[in-house]
Parts: sequence; structure tokens; C-alpha cells
Amino acid sequence: MSAESSVIRVNGTAVAPPGDPRVSLLDFLRETLGLHGTKKGCDQGGCGACTLLVDGERILSCLALAVQYTGRDVVTVEALADGDRLHPVQQAFIDHDGFQCGYCTPGQICSAIGMAGELERGVPSHVTEDLSAKRAELTAEELRERMSGNLCRCGAHNGIVAAIAKAHQAGQLSDSGRAAR
Amino acid sequence: MNEWSSSKRGDLSRRRMLGVVGAGVVVSALPSRSGAATRPGAQARTAGEGLVGAPLPRIEGPLKVRGAAPYAAEFTFAGMVYAALAFSTIAKGRIISIDTGAAEAAPGFVHVMTHVNAPRMRPMMPWASSEKAAGNDAWPIMQDDRVRWNGQPIAVVLAETQEQADHAASLISATYEEEPATTSFAQAKANGTETAVLGGQPVHIEIGDAEAALAAAAVSVDATFHTPYQNHNAIEPHAVTVAWHGNELEVHDASQSVVHNAWSLAQILGIEEHQVHVTSPYVGGSFGGKFMGMHQVLAAASSRLSGRPVRLTLSRAGVYRLVGGRALTEQRLALGAGRDGRFVALIHTGTSTHTPDSPHPELAQFVSYSSYATGTLKIDLQWAHLDMVANAAMRAPGEAVGSFALESAVDEVAVALGMDPIELRIRNEPQADPLTGLPFSSRNIVEAWRAGAKRFGWERRNPTPRAVRQGDWLIGMGCGAGSHMYARESGGAARLTLTKHGTATIDIAAHDAGMGTATVLTQITADQLALRLDQVRLRAADSALPGVVPGIGSSQTTTAAATIIAAQRKAVAELLKLLRRDSPLAGLTADEVTPRDGGLAKTDDPARHESYSSILTRARRDELVVEATGGNPTESEQYSMYSYAAVFCEVRVNAVTGEIRVSRLLGSMDCGRVVNARTAAGQFRGGMVMAIGLALTEETLYDERTARIMNPSLSEYHVPVHADVPEIDVIWTGIPDPQAPLGARGIGELSMNGTAAAIANAVHNATGTRVRRLPITLDQLL
Ligand code: FES
Ligand code: FES
Repeated sequence: MSAESSVIRVNGTAVAPPGDPRVSLLDFLRETLGLHGTKKGCDQGGCGACTLLVDGERILSCLALAVQYTGRDVVTVEALADGDRLHPVQQAFIDHDGFQCGYCTPGQICSAIGMAGELERGVPSHVTEDLSAKRAELTAEELRERMSGNLCRCGAHNGIVAAIAKAHQAGQLSDSGRAAR
Repeated sequence: MNEWSSSKRGDLSRRRMLGVVGAGVVVSALPSRSGAATRPGAQARTAGEGLVGAPLPRIEGPLKVRGAAPYAAEFTFAGMVYAALAFSTIAKGRIISIDTGAAEAAPGFVHVMTHVNAPRMRPMMPWASSEKAAGNDAWPIMQDDRVRWNGQPIAVVLAETQEQADHAASLISATYEEEPATTSFAQAKANGTETAVLGGQPVHIEIGDAEAALAAAAVSVDATFHTPYQNHNAIEPHAVTVAWHGNELEVHDASQSVVHNAWSLAQILGIEEHQVHVTSPYVGGSFGGKFMGMHQVLAAASSRLSGRPVRLTLSRAGVYRLVGGRALTEQRLALGAGRDGRFVALIHTGTSTHTPDSPHPELAQFVSYSSYATGTLKIDLQWAHLDMVANAAMRAPGEAVGSFALESAVDEVAVALGMDPIELRIRNEPQADPLTGLPFSSRNIVEAWRAGAKRFGWERRNPTPRAVRQGDWLIGMGCGAGSHMYARESGGAARLTLTKHGTATIDIAAHDAGMGTATVLTQITADQLALRLDQVRLRAADSALPGVVPGIGSSQTTTAAATIIAAQRKAVAELLKLLRRDSPLAGLTADEVTPRDGGLAKTDDPARHESYSSILTRARRDELVVEATGGNPTESEQYSMYSYAAVFCEVRVNAVTGEIRVSRLLGSMDCGRVVNARTAAGQFRGGMVMAIGLALTEETLYDERTARIMNPSLSEYHVPVHADVPEIDVIWTGIPDPQAPLGARGIGELSMNGTAAAIANAVHNATGTRVRRLPITLDQLL
């Protein structure tokens, strides 16, 4: 095994995987690495709070075993801002009041960035009309459908949707953060 | 520095500054998309001016979007272990034996606590049984072999990692001696019900002979409504991180009642209140579910026994097993009217599920106390007792489900009369509180109806059911009214510190679980002192701070506002005593001065001004500290005080599948002055979203044979998702309430009320089917 493939890259830093194969990527980040930005809402794949980016794609880290992510690039909410400068999606969430308690927020933000990649790759959703399109359009209906895996109990949905739409219109949704830049 | 942050324990948790919810962030106003009270241009203001009402962004926003705001399960202690729980699998009986051997042999095992070795502890005290009591029941916590509900915790396992704790807990097995349990609503009613009690009084009211008036009414409805069990489902599960330092207990909690929880833990554990310190700087949603619970007690007790700091995060299923939710209700709603539409009889009776000692009556009938002038009135609530986890308060307890019944019935009467449902409501506006006769402090629901109807395009509604169709989709419009009683807690207190640098700190043990409290209280303080926002620091959500300000009953802002106003008055009086003889303000009394531009000025001659900084510096003072209370809420004794909502909804119902989509929603509020147009809009939308769930998707499913919850997960309990939530329009009258501090009444629960009825009434308008059982599922429309 090469050195590169035996470690997990977390926000650009190589870390050794946990010894216990039961440890989820979510718990590994939160409890071993002390990266608490990624949230645990259910640990069952039901809420989306634990969404983060692996090689640019959004995954639910509570359903991912950390040991399976060696050789992969993990980006969490902590790596989206560039120092004092917030990621455009983060700023849009503040501008549009896309949160209340803030607990679903890191997952919503990472999910939105991951969604942008899916649009570019033409990945269809349940409401996509043209399944053969090379690039999916982000209508309001598409946005809501594609973000429906990220629950928000505070009811900040309108602000979240507005923030994501705004960042998308500005062409800033697919920027996957400091680590990728 | 408060006493707590100056103490010597310098671990990570402390560094994170507990209690500082937001510190001096420069904020500029951004335009809000809605809201009559929106005032643009906060940047251009002088200090303090116009801050109340401005749509300021949340001060803790940058931390939250970075994932850098620390929640309860994110505080860490050296040597900390992780907890996992084992739950009972029967509803009632005795534990004969618990086998913990396999768990103890599991890797990483540290400790197990059961009723056999748990320390002796007093039971929790339920809400209102004492000033700082905050429990949902009074059951002993792991003190005996009794099982009282299915899902009761029977063991706490501690291990070095969460995975090891979860595994070890899964190896615990128990044997039981089962006893017959009451596990279904039908059985509970058959056992005999008990008249509900509220504030020591039985819930039974009769004004005139409502039954006779109903029988004689020209038009009437008399129907039964059903609403299900529900759970709060804050996305952050309940979590607590605790450590003992000698006899002192440090608790990082997810709580809407830090002072109550410190007091409760002390009395349960048999230590002094000052020995428990609870912080809860960030809470991932609460909705009435995060007061005092068993999990904090179990964490503290097992930490004491094991000698290790403990983190206990409830699994999602654990949240359902340990923390009850909205009770089930069956309501009779009968409404009689004359041909002219005037109500002559209102009967709102029924039965709610209940557990012993629960302080939460699920009083659906409350909404009928003051909504309409009806001449006669009959109210009665019975409790049916089940062997299940204690029911809790969930956002707008009682009213959320009661307004569904009442406002559906009003709609039915409107249909029967052939009258517009809004006009019918306006026709029955009371002139004074129908129950108490007290004058209303400020009731502008008619204005809210008119403004909402105009904005929503109500005049385009076709009153004939099932008359509007686009392809397979039936389209309907409906409306419903909501109200929420004004509350201000008498325990409000705050400490205000002014420094010679011209900055201020406000210390108050209030909570922000997303409501916007931190932002709003900073705004109010800056407004009261004529400071800029970046000159004000708020410390909150810490039991070491002054004030008993639980996040309950939509009361935090009113309570804190009264307190901050009192603290400002006290500070002004003290500042005047410190004036030098050559001060431009010398000789003036408190009545003659007003805070202005970072200092005090003569009210009618602002040129006579001295800054706080100058006053304190010249008096050779580093700071001025005052503590004040807001006093008893006597306004609620003299006036009938409520916030009001008029909710409008459009639905699309698929004629083939019965699928229901909420396509438009508008809330028109009358809630006094709005302190922050942005966070208020968030509260209104949030309540309406939760009410979409109440109307269409949410239900906690109990197996009626075993009282085991069958869907304890976010995959099988369906909260509204993005695809279910349309753009929600929110407006408000903005008319200040002359009796409320700052003119503001409560808003946190208001929009839960009336919304489910608006949806159900829209479904009726779309389909011609009247559904009286929530949630409204597809099968009920086919
Ligand atoms: S925590 Fe992963 S989906 Fe809920
Ligand atoms: S902001 Fe609280 S759950 Fe989304």
C-alpha cells in the first residue's frame, strides 16, 4: 500500500485511520480529530446533519466507516472559509437567514456544494424532466428536491433555499473550499 | 469577569467561554423580504437609534456557518468516557434481574450503573411545583426495580469510546415480571378518566347553557377531532457533558432552562445549588423538549460513581424513549350560530393522554377561552392515563391541536351559512375577554385578517368546494386563526456593566436555541443605552448568571426586555450620582435625561451630553455594575393579552393519488412591536413549517399492545423537508402593545396555531372532504 492510500486526507491534512473498524467517519472527525463542525443528528442516515464532501461529492458521514476512506479527500465545513473570508455559501446563509439553531447548517452548506457538482455532471433527481441533459438546471423545484435529505427542524427552509439559489446564480456554489483551492 | 470564568479550572470547556453567546460583532442591516415593520438603513443610524425593529443578522451567524459554535456534546474533558443506555422492553412491571456480565467483559468497558448500584437520589420535581422545577414527571430515576414505561433506561454503560459503550450496552439483558399495563387510548378511557387540572383548578368551565343554545342554534356543527402523539425532533439530540470537581458539578447541557437544571440537579443529587454549574451556549433546537430530563441525572450519577467525566448523547431512538412529546387528543368541538352568523354556543371538551405528575395538560381547549364572543361556553378536559413516557410541552402545547379543531369548526359553520369564513370570524370578534371580562391590551386581529386577505389574494378563492382544478390537481384555499397568550416570567433579572471605555455587558441567564434571543437582547441593550451593537456584549445561557429566564411560553424576550429596561433605569440613576459638578448634566434628575450617543443627554436639550466613558473616567471608576429585576407581570392581571395570527393557505390535492402539496402559505401577525424583523420572520416561518408537519405528516406511532414507539427515527417520523415547504410569506401589523415592555408580545409559538386548520380548510375547499383526524393522509381523501 502506498503512503498516500493508507491515510485519510482531512481538510488537506493526512491522518491515520482509526484502529477500530466500527468508527464512523463522523465519530472519527468529532471524537478523535476534535472537528465538531460536522454534526450528528441521528446516526442513521435520516437527517443529513453529518453531510460532508469526499472527493467533492456529498456523503452522509454517519453511514461511512472511517477505515474505508483511506486514500480519499475529506472536506468538512471547517475548511470552507479562507481565514476570515467566509465561503460564499456561508455568507449567503447569513445574508438570507438560512438557519436558526445552526445545527443542521454545516450539513446544509456541504450538501449544497456537493449538489452543485451533481448538477454539473448531469445527475438527475426525482423531479428532473430531461434525463439525458448533460447539465441539470437548478429550478426552485430541483433545489428543494435535491436538498430534501437535509432536514431542518427550525424551519429555516426558505432562507436556506434563498441562500443556495443566490450562491448558485453568482456561480459560487461549486467552490469546494480552501482545501480544494 | 463573572465569578465563574475567573475560577481556576482552565480546561478546554472553560476556554470556550461558556455563556458568551455573541460578543461584539459589528452588524449591518440587510433588507428583509417581508414584514411591515422592516426598517432599512441600520448603517446610517447613530448609536442605539432604531435598533429595535431592525432586521439585524444573527450575531452568532459567522460561528454557526463555520461549524465553530460549541454545542453540548462538543465540550471535552480530560479522561472523559462515553455513555450508552439500555432501555426496558416492557411497559410495566419489575426488573427481576439484569445481567451486566457480558457488558463488563467488553473491550473498553469502564462502568455500569443500574438501579442496584445507583446512588440514592430524590425524584425530579415537575414544572411549577417549585420556582426552578423543570421536570416532566416525579418518578424515581433508577432508584428501584419498577418499570413504568416501555423504553425506560435500565442501565447506563460507560466506556472509553462511543462505539465501545454502544456495543457493551447492547450486551445487557434483563428479565422482568410483567404487570398488566394500560397501553392504548381506548383502554385508558375505559379505565375511567380524571378531570384535568391547571394551576390547581379543574379544567371545567360553563358560561350559560351551551348545550341548550347549541340545540336551538339555526346552524351548528358538532364533531370529534383527533390529533396524534408527536415528538419535538430537534436535530441536535439531547446531550450533556459533565465533570465533578470534588463536590462541584460542571454541566454542559443542551437546555432551555439552565438555572432550573442547576437547581434540579442539586436537589436530586443532594448537593447545594451553587455547587452545580450549567451552561448551554448553543442549542440545536429545543421546542419545549429540552428542559430537565433523566439523562442529565444519569450522566451526573454515573460520572460520580465511575470517577470519570461523562458525555451522554441520546441516540435518536433514545430521544424518543426518554423524552415525551405532544400528547394525543380527542376533542369534541361544537359551535352554534344564528342565521346572521353570530355564534351562540361553543363547546370544546375532550380527552388528552396524560401521565402521573406531568405538569403539561395538553389543554387543546385553551384556544376556546378567548377567541370568539359566543354567549355560552362549555369547556372540559379529561385526562386518560397511560403507562408511557411522560408527555411534554411541545411548541404551542394545547393550542396547536386545539386551534385545529376550533378553526376547522368555524370553517364548517361558514360553509353551512354560505358566508365568507373571514367575515364570519370578524363578526364574532369579542369586545373584551369572553371568559374574564378583562379588556384586551391590544387586539388587532381584524386588521391582520384584512391585510393578509389582500396580500394573499383571498378574493380569488372560489367558495364552492372541489370547483378549481388544473389537470389532476384540485386547488383550494383556506384560512385559520391562531392566538398565543402573552407571558412574562417574574424571575427575570439581569446584571449590566458599563465600562470607562464606553462599552456594556449584559448578563442574563436566557437561552438561544435558534430563536434569535442573543441577537435580540443585544439589540435591546444597545437601544436602551444608545450604544452601537459592537459596544454591547451579551453573556447568557449560564446558570451562574442572574435571572430565572427559561425558554418557555414565548416569554424570553418580554421577560428580558422588562429586565434590561429596569437595569438601564438603575444605571442612569447611578451615573447621575457620579457626575462631576462641571458636567453638562450636573443637577439633572433621571426624569430629565435620556441615553443618547453613548452617554446621557438632557432630553429636551441634547447638546447637554456627557458620554458614559467620560462620566466614569472623571469619577475614577473603571466600571459601573447594576443588577435589576423586571418585577411581577402585573400587566397580565389587568389585561387580556394575546398575540394573534391569521393564516392563509393554498393546497393542491391530486385527484388520483390524494397527494397533498401546500403550495402557498401566508401568516399575518398581530404580536405587538417586532424587535428584530429578520429573526421574527424566522420564528413565524418555523412555526408554520412545524404546523405543516402537524397537519400532513407527523405522528409518533405507539404499538398499542406494548406502548413501544415503533418509529423512533427521522426516517420514519416525517418532519417537513425542503420539498414540502413552499415560500412562506409573513407580514405583521407592527402595532405596539401599550401594556408590554417595549410594546412587544411573544412570537415563538404563535404561528403553530391556526396553520394546521388553514391547511385542513384548504383541503376541504379543494376536495370537499372534511378531515378531522391529523395527520391528513392520502387515504382519508380517497
Ligand atoms: S447524522 Fe448522519 S444523516 Fe443524521
Ligand atoms: S437551523 Fe435548526 S435545524 Fe436547521
